[in-house]
Amino acid sequence: MKPPAFDYHRPETRAEVDDLLAEHGDDAKVLAGGQSLVPILNFRLASPGHVVDINRLSAETDEPVRANGVVSFGCLVRQSSAERSGVVAECLPLLAEAIRFVAHPAIRSRGTIAGSVAHADPAAELPAVLVVLEAEVCARGTGGRRTIAARDFFTGPLENALAPGEWIEEIRIPLQRGDGAFEEFARRRGDYALCGVAALVDGDGGSRRARLAYLGMGDVPRALELPLPGDDGVEEALRALVEAELEPSDDIHAGASYRRFLAVKLGARAVRRAAAAGPR
Amino acid sequence: MREVGRGERTRIALTVNGEPHEIEVEARWLLSDVLRHGLGLTGTHVGCEHGVCGCCTVLIDGHPARSCLMLAIQAEGARIETVEGLAQDGRLHPLQESFVRSHGLQCGFCTPGFLMGALSLLAEAEGMSDAEVRDAIGGQLCRCTGYKGIVDAIRRAPAVERERTR
Repeated sequence: MKPPAFDYHRPETRAEVDDLLAEHGDDAKVLAGGQSLVPILNFRLASPGHVVDINRLSAETDEPVRANGVVSFGCLVRQSSAERSGVVAECLPLLAEAIRFVAHPAIRSRGTIAGSVAHADPAAELPAVLVVLEAEVCARGTGGRRTIAARDFFTGPLENALAPGEWIEEIRIPLQRGDGAFEEFARRRGDYALCGVAALVDGDGGSRRARLAYLGMGDVPRALELPLPGDDGVEEALRALVEAELEPSDDIHAGASYRRFLAVKLGARAVRRAAAAGPR
Repeated sequence: MREVGRGERTRIALTVNGEPHEIEVEARWLLSDVLRHGLGLTGTHVGCEHGVCGCCTVLIDGHPARSCLMLAIQAEGARIETVEGLAQDGRLHPLQESFVRSHGLQCGFCTPGFLMGALSLLAEAEGMSDAEVRDAIGGQLCRCTGYKGIVDAIRRAPAVERERTR
């Protein structure tokens, strides 16, 4: 189908976006890369009265920027820019690895990091990676600015912690400490994965721990902590964790038990690979 | 700030296959529809209209993107390339000719998307494994050929190009 009629606004500053969202509230949608919003409009799953196209904001960078111990992703940093970024490759190797699993090149060329986060799809890669890397979501509106920890940002499937009138101006990710690995299983490269996992292994000797976040395994990606057992114990420890913490859905794509099986196998693969990089 | 009310039409300028165009659009119109119905460039096909099939892939300022996932008004001032821009002076682009030779198409519905999506691969295509090519074209669906011919066509395209310059 085709998008329903709406009033189109193309602001040039972040402050103008604030004003438009304050004026139109829930009846307005922010259009960034459009790779989630436009399909929703095409299907008429949403019919916002106002579309606020932020693609022509002046003074926005398309590049991730490293400063003060974090890498900042402004609201118009495309996924393809993050994929090509030397800063991301150097400072956030886990993100660099995972981003190649986000849809396809022709989607990543338009889709933004912040847009994928705002969309809050529990089957998407970026929310899980951000939770593991302890990212912060920088929100703003006419009421001011605030930062929200990624682990608190995702509140349900396609639901986030933004208040009416708030939008994401930036994502900040602390420089990665420890070794990461990303694994997922999808029927076709770039499709939504049946299950996926981002893992980060950090610490020395007996205090080595893995932090994991799954995608496709429940309503929101959650950070799960796992004391690092010996290599033999990884699958067993994960089986217990998956059983206790995750509630995957049973649907036409896969049964819940198969998703749990994938979660154990992929999680073990990711943790082993991250751990193999050696203690720091 | 650019503002267009619902139902209202506005004039936008954009470049398609090197030719400047000015056209009236509603804000809600998709780039894919404006290319097809506004400019008569029906080579860009529309399959699923939600970014899954890849048939509507075009180059926007040099990068492959889904024209069904972009409003035409967002392409204001952009440089668009469609499948119609590939052949030059009646001669098929090497990638197109390679698709013909390797039977990379059957019904042809998905072909424009495959061609536009694969253009950026040509520099490295020969050295890519089957798995790598399949990975790179994972964003395109074909329901006829089973992909073997398509993979071969992409990998052999640089050889077709060399033949011409010899």
